[in-house]
Amino acid sequence: MAAMNTNNLGTSTISSLSSAFLAPTSFNSRARSVPVRVKRIGVIKCVAAPQQEQTVYQTNVSRNANMAKLQAGYLFPEIARRRAAHLQKYPNAQVISLGIGDTTEPIPEVITSAMAKRCLGLSTLEGYSGYGAEQGEKLLRAAIASTFYSNLGIEEDDIFVSDGAKCDISRLQLLFGSNVKMAVQDPSYPAYVDSSVIMGQTGQFQKDVQKYGNIEYMRCTPENGFFPDLSTVARTDIIFFCSPNNPTGAAANRDQLTQLVKFAKENGSIIVFDSAYAMYMSDDNPRTIFEIPGAKEVAIETSSFSKYAGFTGVRLGWTVVPKQLLFSDGFPVAKDFNRIVCTCFNGASNIPQAGGLACLSPEGLKAMQEVIGFYKENTKIIVDTFNSLGFKVYGGANAPYVWVHFPGRSSWDVFSEILEKTHVVTTPGSGFGPGGEGFIRVSAFGHRKNVLEACRRFKELYR
Amino acid sequence: MYKLPTFCSMPSGVSLWPRMFQASMKLQNEGYGRCTKVSRNVNLERLQKDYLFPEISKRELQHLQKYPNAKLISLGIGDTTEPIPENIALSMANYAHALSTTGGYSGYGAEQGNQVLRKAIVETFYKDVLIKDTEVFVSDGAQCDISRLQLLLGSKVTIAVQDPSFPAYVDSSVIIGQAGDFKDETRKYQNIEYMHCGPQNNFFPDLMATTRTDIIFFCSPNNPTAHAATREQLQQLVKFARDNGSIIIFDSAYASYIMDDSPRSIYEIPGAKEVAIEISSFSKFAGFTGVRLGWTVVPEELLFSSGFPVINDFNRIVSTCFNGASNISQAGGLACLSSEGFGAICSLIDYYRENAKILVNSLASVGLEVYGGVNAPYAWVHFPGSKSWDVFIEILEKAHIITVPGCGFGPGGEGYIRMSAFGHRESILEASWRLEKLFS
Repeated sequence: MAAMNTNNLGTSTISSLSSAFLAPTSFNSRARSVPVRVKRIGVIKCVAAPQQEQTVYQTNVSRNANMAKLQAGYLFPEIARRRAAHLQKYPNAQVISLGIGDTTEPIPEVITSAMAKRCLGLSTLEGYSGYGAEQGEKLLRAAIASTFYSNLGIEEDDIFVSDGAKCDISRLQLLFGSNVKMAVQDPSYPAYVDSSVIMGQTGQFQKDVQKYGNIEYMRCTPENGFFPDLSTVARTDIIFFCSPNNPTGAAANRDQLTQLVKFAKENGSIIVFDSAYAMYMSDDNPRTIFEIPGAKEVAIETSSFSKYAGFTGVRLGWTVVPKQLLFSDGFPVAKDFNRIVCTCFNGASNIPQAGGLACLSPEGLKAMQEVIGFYKENTKIIVDTFNSLGFKVYGGANAPYVWVHFPGRSSWDVFSEILEKTHVVTTPGSGFGPGGEGFIRVSAFGHRKNVLEACRRFKELYR
Repeated sequence: MYKLPTFCSMPSGVSLWPRMFQASMKLQNEGYGRCTKVSRNVNLERLQKDYLFPEISKRELQHLQKYPNAKLISLGIGDTTEPIPENIALSMANYAHALSTTGGYSGYGAEQGNQVLRKAIVETFYKDVLIKDTEVFVSDGAQCDISRLQLLLGSKVTIAVQDPSFPAYVDSSVIIGQAGDFKDETRKYQNIEYMHCGPQNNFFPDLMATTRTDIIFFCSPNNPTAHAATREQLQQLVKFARDNGSIIIFDSAYASYIMDDSPRSIYEIPGAKEVAIEISSFSKFAGFTGVRLGWTVVPEELLFSSGFPVINDFNRIVSTCFNGASNISQAGGLACLSSEGFGAICSLIDYYRENAKILVNSLASVGLEVYGGVNAPYAWVHFPGSKSWDVFIEILEKAHIITVPGCGFGPGGEGYIRMSAFGHRESILEASWRLEKLFS
């Protein structure tokens, strides 16, 4: 995922531009004293400058204050930028990426041939299809329901096929609007918080606590088994919950999820349950929130083919909105989500949908499980490595992420140290929230030889 | 039944379906009626009925149920019908196959789009107007981009739309919270400036009578009126935007249908880069309505009032709320812009253009007041004194043809019917014949 190239920007008056990609210092867009890295020579004028020969035209449209609240760039483009910068510094280094959780292994042939077949079909009269149902192709919706939600009372028409969980998260925010308050695990996947800020649900970023105002951060640490102490959590309208968790790798057990559903029921809240890593589960934990009785009345579930089928570039996911989920006035949430999907989206691409259907065939499921098994073996290697080096290591059993504790250290410092000394890209825990400070997330997606080599380098560094 | 995967170091074949689960199902409350305490988003409450096109689909289905033997012809939703040219489909198929190989596999792409594709878009569409590939953001289509632009702009901006216009501009504006309540008397949302476009003003708004808004949505060639704004008109528009410090969102999804020398891009107008965003799509250009591919141009020169570049915020939106268009669709896009692909696409466009000509000529031949069909694949037919839903129903009942009632595009569309020219030639010919019969 390439970060935007800042080099070509011209005579812009912003000083905030380059600093938008600097981490970890929190970025205050009002602090215009940040040094500007401008490649093209030009006249940089302050906003209120009088009209002169080389003035820059500005519209009279105010910048969205919510965008201005955001701190720095989105986390993963920043990681990509650091990786690129490192490669420039050490052009001969064999950089290994265990940072962005990007799948690396080829997609099983049973799946790609189905997609190729669909492509060729589009050039025939019988096989051509134009606009598809915005909710997704019927067969695929049915296959998702029967594969993942069988016997749980989730039906085909509760399923909305998408181009991925990240996009769905923003569409859910559009659905909820700016007047809701949300809770997130801390640490958590950054898209929940960032989309909440963009939507206008939050207050300003508070540098002292590294948190946005008006978001409830539910601390998840080794001490509480990475499950929040709900008795200390204030009521919010929406609760984002990811299990197996990105970045900690923790998987909530049945008791914990029962507690969560109870908490949501008592508070009249809606859980947005992110189950994108469910197929990585080894233990006997729920794979879907809907395994918990009563969840259909309090939860939405979002998931993805990205990490199951290597579809990170192909783009396919889904969101479940049960019919039983109602707003306070009794209006079904699914009806509003359907409206969003029809108005703000136009359906996932038909080709990935054909791939998705193949994924859920018996042969496809088996093939996906093999690839998942491969990444799980990678995870084990990484876990064993850090364990052997005496680190406190979490995750890895139920998710393709290893969450390594570096007590007392700044995670960006550790990230930089690992990058400088081993040429391995990881992800600093603080990028996932203040609860991630002092941790590093190591992702297990990679060719086996790269994972082995990275582990060899870790052993050398931390011997 | 979902078989749980096994970790490879565990014994295989172990079904881990939880035993507790069966018992707990009995306790599950299957009933409806237990509400959360989360208030419905008032913006969604404001929306009047469903989005227009699913409503048309619904009517189509109802009609098919009522008349199962009717040979229903759809000139309704502007959905392409002709197969994608073989070389383009083959490129996509090859790309898909390659994803199974180590050398050909790719994961996450740049959220802004594949760089080669971005360059090809610039080369093909913006060569003479000096748009850079770094200013092009590849998407999964214009409808999605419109909402992402609304997310970017936020709820505190005001918008102007042509009246009539593609419903996604108004609906997305309502959803994001820019609009006030819908007024039944005027059939308009408060706080949105509706710029009337009709035959009297040559389908170009009287800008002198238009109140300043932050954002101006402008589609040319227009959906639904099919009017392509002239160079002079667009110069006026750019001047108006400059004078008011507004941002134009220029929808050029139908630019490839232009026959005369009307501008194909807003950037053909000097000064536009500082006031305009342009959105476009492969949908009607290449038959990609299901494949999903489009793009948005945000010039570096476009600045908010504080001097902050709009492109920075759009990039942030695209990185946070999106994860890039499908890599297979992008491979298809690239093939569309190759010389072989482009030639094939042009033939397709000619095919639909010929459809439009046939349709428009037919309608005119029976004395109907018909516009369009020249620079866009739509015919915009006036039925003075009639209600467009009534005409829609009449045409459906008596000729078994689906169209789109003009009022679905705004109050300025009342009394009009939009007929789309996408269809197999035989269908278009048959539809034209039926319409001639109906209206002669």
